[in-house]
Amino acid sequence: MNVRSKSMTREIVEAGLAKRRRKDRVFRTLGLLSTAVGLVFLITFFATLASQGASAFKQTHIILNIELSRELLAPDGPFDIDYADFDAVVRQALRRELGDVNGRRDRREMNRLLSIGAAYQVKDTIAKNPDLLGSTLKMLLPVSADVDMLLKGNIDRDLEQSQRPLSDRQIEWVDRLIEKDRLVSRFNSALFSNGDSREPELSGIRGALMGSVYMLLITILIAFPVGVATAIYLEEFAPRNFWADLVEVNINNLAAVPSIVFGLLGLAVFINWIGVPRSSSLVGGLVLALITLPVIIIASRAAIKAVPPSIREAATGLGASRMQVVAHHVLPLALPGMLTGAIIGMSRALGESAPLLMIGMVAFIVDVPAGFTDPATALPVQIYLWADSPERAFAERTAAAIIVLLGFLLLMNLAAVIMRRRVERQW
Amino acid sequence: MKSIDNDGTGAVPSGIDLQPRSVVGVEVPREAAAGAPVQLTELSGRTVGDVKAQDAYVVAEDVNVRYGSNHAIRDITLEIGRNEVVALIGPSGCGKSTFLRCLNRMNDSIESAIVTGRITLGGQDIYSRELDPVALRARVGMVFQKPNPFPKSIYDNVAYGPRIHGLAADRSELDHIVHTSLDRAGLLKEVRDRFDDPGTSLSGGQQQRLCIARTIAVNPEVILMDEPCSALDPIATARIEDLIDELSKNYAIVIVTHSMQQAARVSQRVAYFHLGMLIEVDETNRVFTNPQHKLTEDYITGRIG
Repeated sequence: MNVRSKSMTREIVEAGLAKRRRKDRVFRTLGLLSTAVGLVFLITFFATLASQGASAFKQTHIILNIELSRELLAPDGPFDIDYADFDAVVRQALRRELGDVNGRRDRREMNRLLSIGAAYQVKDTIAKNPDLLGSTLKMLLPVSADVDMLLKGNIDRDLEQSQRPLSDRQIEWVDRLIEKDRLVSRFNSALFSNGDSREPELSGIRGALMGSVYMLLITILIAFPVGVATAIYLEEFAPRNFWADLVEVNINNLAAVPSIVFGLLGLAVFINWIGVPRSSSLVGGLVLALITLPVIIIASRAAIKAVPPSIREAATGLGASRMQVVAHHVLPLALPGMLTGAIIGMSRALGESAPLLMIGMVAFIVDVPAGFTDPATALPVQIYLWADSPERAFAERTAAAIIVLLGFLLLMNLAAVIMRRRVERQW
Repeated sequence: MKSIDNDGTGAVPSGIDLQPRSVVGVEVPREAAAGAPVQLTELSGRTVGDVKAQDAYVVAEDVNVRYGSNHAIRDITLEIGRNEVVALIGPSGCGKSTFLRCLNRMNDSIESAIVTGRITLGGQDIYSRELDPVALRARVGMVFQKPNPFPKSIYDNVAYGPRIHGLAADRSELDHIVHTSLDRAGLLKEVRDRFDDPGTSLSGGQQQRLCIARTIAVNPEVILMDEPCSALDPIATARIEDLIDELSKNYAIVIVTHSMQQAARVSQRVAYFHLGMLIEVDETNRVFTNPQHKLTEDYITGRIG
């Protein structure tokens, strides 16, 4: 044995102290730096999103006195709402407002200031209240996205006329309308009440949002019970043998399989073989459930494993059957961990777009889905589609859709965290 | 009635070796205890002493347990009488806990464990196909080394057994069972006003008495105790030992302990295990004052263990 005197030990330890402290400091500084870098990225991300997306929540509208004259709406006698020319009514009102619109060319340019949604809005008003026919209404109507962009400062007035979407004449009209306080900025309710559209000012995320909600409902309803049941069976009942190991390895591998592969599986099995309607949130939910399952199973198994064996023994020793041990003791104690797995899985499912590609959900779908079998799309898909659109107005909508997606994610996780809090027990 | 030991050795935690101070009064130096090699030849032959009990209720015959290739206990034959406390003692890993867990088939949950031999409870083979382990465990209760109350209220802890077995017809009957069980476990006075508090909020000794109350709420015939005091302080230990004494009027009790003082205080008979074999069984007094086998003597005088 190499025995040193006490004073020697002390000297050696003290000599090394400075080096140890320096290492401590270096590691602490590195950790702080990494955290700072992450934080800077996060703040930049949110700031960019907010600055780009905020304007999408406002939309420019025009105040027009609409004369609902019978001559224009029902020139041949009886009024038929399906054949009435509401465009003419709205255009007439704007023409009166501007005054100097002469000739076909002028009129065509003027028409482009209005959104095609303006005429539909007038039509809806009449449909609700046919008695208004013949009267004059002061209405708030959407303008085209180009006018909206001009007012939001996204169109450069100094550019050559041919290089910007609005002509000099159109800009002159817009300025005149601004002077007369005819253009107002209001909350963009269309963003939350409409489905997708070719016209940016009429497009909304409701279709994609509902599609995502329906899909995630299917996903959680399938993946959570199946995942938890699988985890319980594998942990508590399955014999430990070659087959159990094989299943375990495969589940772990499935968690790492690229999601587009699950899309292919969904196409082959759910659509082609079982005949689930293509593009529906039902098939989307089924595919997302497959993707989520391994995550939930792995998290649930870990949660079950973490239940102290002493609790299991106590219940078994009292004469509880295996099922009673699981139902009365293991499950309540493992549930918080299982919910954590569900949160992670659902968050992943919400952000998936690749597997939806294969099952026809990456599509331009105008109607808001009303059920699980209606054609639908999802929020990340909507973001992709808008980001891909050339119109300037879709850029801010893309950012707005991302904000909504993140908000959805936050709400979902909040709900799960609250649920987890409620089932968590103190030891 | 026993009081608290002055020297407090009744509460030596299981992980720590007993000081080599023997019950029979021989002081053995620590080095001698550590350096005494055990010859396997000493282990041959049958159990010394008397395995028979008066009024035998639990009878184990030639019980062997194998965990895979590990032969954990060999040819154990032991009887446990009605209203008798039998203490199982021996060094760590000697198989006493394994034997205890055979008596209510807790080893069933270990897949590799193979139990052979015959154990009867009141004449009924507990390893027969007809007997459901669930029914067996309602008759043979168990108290564990570490207090393990459920993370539920005190009331629900005690009521759990009667509930799953359907022992109470209605709420008032259940209340009655919970009250009497807590009373017999000597815990009622302390928890009377807080049945709804979590069982885990109690102190260690109280938790162990709660576990005992939980066990006797099912009204078993036999109670198995696996080092019930190893995690408790001397005062809590003394209370549990009093309780064991009290309970032995109604139940057959088998207790595993590392404290020979405790074995001496609570048991009528002592079984000494060594390397999976039952070396010696006899009345407690006789084993501690006049051990017949050399290994037993070495153990109780502190030379091994």
